[in-house]
Amino acid sequence: MRTVIFRTVAPYLSALMVLFSIFVLLRGHNEPGGGFIGGLIAASALAIFGIACGVASVRRAIVVHPMSIAGFGLFIAALSGLPSLFKKQTFMTSQWLEFKFFDVDVALSTPLVFDIGVYLVVVGAIGSIALALEERESD
Amino acid sequence: MTQSAIDTTLLAVLAPFLAAAIAPFLTRHLKHNAAWLLALVPAWIFWHFAGFVGPVSNGETFVASRSWAPIYRVDLSFFVDGLSTVFALLISGIGTFIILYAGGYLKGHPQQGRFFSFLFLFMGAMLGLVLGNNLFTLFIFWELTSITSFLLIGFDHLRAASRRAAIQALVVTGGGGLVLLAGFLMIITVTGQVEMSVLLQSPDIIRESGFYVPIFFLILGGAFTKSAQFPFHFWLPNAMEAPTPVSAFLHSATMVKAGVYLLMRMHPLLGDTDLWTTVLPVFGGATLLVGTILAVRQTDLKLMLAYTTVASLGLLVMLVGTSYERALEGAVLYLIAHSLFKGALFMVAGTIDHEAGTRDVTKLGGLRGAMPITFTAACLAALSMSGLPPFIGFIAKEVLYYGTTGAPSAAVWLTITAVVGNALMLVIAAAVAIKPFLGPKVETPKHAHEGPILLFAGPVTLSFLGLVLALTTLFTGHFFVGPMLSSLVGKPTEVELHLVPPYFIGNVPLMLSMATVALGLVLFWQLDRLRALVAAILSGPLRSWGPDKGFDQVIAEIVSLSSVITRALQNGKMQTYMALTFIVTGVAVLLPGYLTGGWPAMPKMPSYHFYEWGIFLIAVIGLIAVLVAKTRLTAIVSLGIQGFAVAIIFMLYGAPDLAFTQLMVETLSVVILALVMTRLNLTPRDHRSGGAALVTGVIALAVGLGLALTLIAITQQPFDRSLSDFFTEYSRSIAHGRNIVNVILVDFRGIDTLGEIAVVTLAGLCVLALIRVHTPRPKDADPAPEKKGEAA
Amino acid sequence: MELGLAILIGIFFTVSIYLMLSKQLVRMLLGVAILGNAVNLSIFTNGRLTREVPPVIPADLYLPAEMTANPLPQALVLTAIVISFSFFAFLLVLAFRAYQELGTDDVNEMRVAEPENDPLPPQGY
Repeated sequence: MRTVIFRTVAPYLSALMVLFSIFVLLRGHNEPGGGFIGGLIAASALAIFGIACGVASVRRAIVVHPMSIAGFGLFIAALSGLPSLFKKQTFMTSQWLEFKFFDVDVALSTPLVFDIGVYLVVVGAIGSIALALEERESD
Repeated sequence: MTQSAIDTTLLAVLAPFLAAAIAPFLTRHLKHNAAWLLALVPAWIFWHFAGFVGPVSNGETFVASRSWAPIYRVDLSFFVDGLSTVFALLISGIGTFIILYAGGYLKGHPQQGRFFSFLFLFMGAMLGLVLGNNLFTLFIFWELTSITSFLLIGFDHLRAASRRAAIQALVVTGGGGLVLLAGFLMIITVTGQVEMSVLLQSPDIIRESGFYVPIFFLILGGAFTKSAQFPFHFWLPNAMEAPTPVSAFLHSATMVKAGVYLLMRMHPLLGDTDLWTTVLPVFGGATLLVGTILAVRQTDLKLMLAYTTVASLGLLVMLVGTSYERALEGAVLYLIAHSLFKGALFMVAGTIDHEAGTRDVTKLGGLRGAMPITFTAACLAALSMSGLPPFIGFIAKEVLYYGTTGAPSAAVWLTITAVVGNALMLVIAAAVAIKPFLGPKVETPKHAHEGPILLFAGPVTLSFLGLVLALTTLFTGHFFVGPMLSSLVGKPTEVELHLVPPYFIGNVPLMLSMATVALGLVLFWQLDRLRALVAAILSGPLRSWGPDKGFDQVIAEIVSLSSVITRALQNGKMQTYMALTFIVTGVAVLLPGYLTGGWPAMPKMPSYHFYEWGIFLIAVIGLIAVLVAKTRLTAIVSLGIQGFAVAIIFMLYGAPDLAFTQLMVETLSVVILALVMTRLNLTPRDHRSGGAALVTGVIALAVGLGLALTLIAITQQPFDRSLSDFFTEYSRSIAHGRNIVNVILVDFRGIDTLGEIAVVTLAGLCVLALIRVHTPRPKDADPAPEKKGEAA
Repeated sequence: MELGLAILIGIFFTVSIYLMLSKQLVRMLLGVAILGNAVNLSIFTNGRLTREVPPVIPADLYLPAEMTANPLPQALVLTAIVISFSFFAFLLVLAFRAYQELGTDDVNEMRVAEPENDPLPPQGY
């Protein structure tokens, strides 16, 4: 599998896929997409990178352990339910903050934070599984 | 009574549970002296309920309640009236001394803290039971007493006899509890009421409902098992395996009286029918005679007391069963008297065992000099038990003779049973309390001397109370017996008690009392001969059978049966499990259609586009390729084909989100399958024989067919889109999102998704753990594969 | 519209169950993977099918202009796909480790938890 071409292209391909996954994640509320799909795309990117250049380089590239990413995702997803409590609404009632930023409508919301949490969980957990299996392969 | 005082009742019922939580910590630091501190809890509860005595004697009742699970009509609701007040006072009052006694009795025991915990849990359960107003709450506390008594009886769990006794008590009383639950549920269904206090307002509601008979027997099933009525009496003497404070608490004042309490509580609702006045006296009388006769046979102090407890419970049931007011009054008096003298005597027996080292009556004697205080307490309690003046036992016996002689039916039989039972009770009282102390000094295993104050505080107080309550008849009658009797008969009732009989000439009960004493003294004089006689009768054919032996046989049969079933169903073959699962599934999906003939009408095949047919075909080809694949690579690729076909199907029917997700997942599946399979080094070829393949094929085909038919049937039903319409309608207007699927996931059903991503995280962690953790191989295994495993 | 898919789903179930009834680990794994698809498809079909119109509201409207596909089963299936994949991965690794530790791929020979001729439970208390 580790042909020269593949190894040369893989980092760029992975980077492109991660970028695309973030795009899919952010458009998810209005167009097809969202945290689950984005997360899966990013996890595939990690898997491809891992197959091409070895798991060690992937681990170096993402700095933290993928399960930490998943844990952090779960954490912020749960956290996104809290702001509503301050307004005496039930847990996870969505809160929206809309403003103009250089003539662009920006909408920040707790569902967005939640979706980012979903994205991180899927990247982390699925990526961790894929990397773990690849690591044994390379041994 | 102020509202806050009533509300404190809730705290009073929960206080023992709090005490149970802190008892182990206190005991760790204060050792047995923690008993002094812990006893304050029941003492406070006693004081709290003592505050109710005045208002209750004026005919007031109180309900303290806190909502618990209102949807199911389960509330923490407690009802304070004459009956529950007296019981609460007995439980907390005697409980106080039991805690002290336990401090002395188990001094230095490594598990003393745990023992205190169990005692408190039991006390709380018992309080909840007697005060329970909501039938569900009452049932919960009822079963809690069974469970806590299981813990208490099995406290000395290293001994098989203890374990057996504990299991026996749990099975008998817990099983009875389930019967009781059925009875309660019937009451609730028939009357529509869950509150005891409300039910008592319209006492005829059950008798007139047409369901009286089943309700009666179900309630009886609970009460008789708990109160050890013949033929369920066997668990109670076995429960003597428990440490003495438990015996004193469980069997004198509290748990075994729970059944009697229930009968008394239900008396206004269920009592005074032909069925009631027939069944209860027959079983009660039988229990009284069986209990006393078996008690005579024993030589172990605790066992003798245990069997007389069975007898006393029989007497109480018999008296309640007459539904005659004087007999009920006798029952109330006897219940109070019994709690006091039996509690005291159990503790005395425990003290003798603790200090002298044996409980065998034939090996004890002349302890009077060594244990003067215990001797005094034993004498007072025994006199009360014998029904001699001037003790509360005497008054109780006078009144109960009034009751039996005046009973509307079968007065003669009731009276004879009561006289014989009481005479034998006197024999036991004398044997337990007099013999160990009087006569020549006998050498005992331990050098006997007086126990510490923790040990004698309880017996002395309780036995003196038997005297005090008798001397203050006006007070006792007005504040305790009267209110309790009022609850039993369901209308305000005043009682008049006499310690000195108002007249002597022609006083039938007094003459019966004298006859009882005379008979008792004769029997005591001939006790050894009587014991030999009873033993001779029981050692005959009766020896090899009986409820106690029957229990063992039933348990053994259940264990054997479950082993057989386990071997048949859990045979360790994965294939069997899978086959069973799918056979059951197949039957479940096919049987209803077969029975009702309700197969879905086969509709005309809708007109699909050619590309739809194409995708379906590709999916089927992929599936078949997986089935017949001979190499790993073919299998993996074929699996991928059917997965991508599914993704395209999602795409065709307006689900781009699903299609993308499926596409990514299918890709990753193929990748990780390839990663693992290259090292599994296995071919996916089928090794089944033709016959086995045919059988499994039929099973698989049946389930597949059944599910397909079910799906067709479902899709032919009209579809309720209201939920989908709700999401569609509000997706943009409330949740500001145009992709409805995503809005459902992250907003409308966000908490679901939170749970699901938690599952994904967990799966990731588990995979990691599985890969990283190597189980150490057994040492005798070949070391070579171990190295290989590490290298891999 | 649903009939063809219902039949297809029946075939999915049949194949997956046939594979799972095998005693070989690898075939069971394949069966589980197909079962996930079968279940997801049947949930999807239960929500009724609509061709080609995804449940997305156009940018200038507050409600979809025409009848869209049912969004609810899609939301259910979306998470189900990801979860069934996670568990498939878990099962895969479990099977792999079991093969490594026990040295067999025949599930009937994996008897560490339930050894053959397991003694009867003790009679008595």
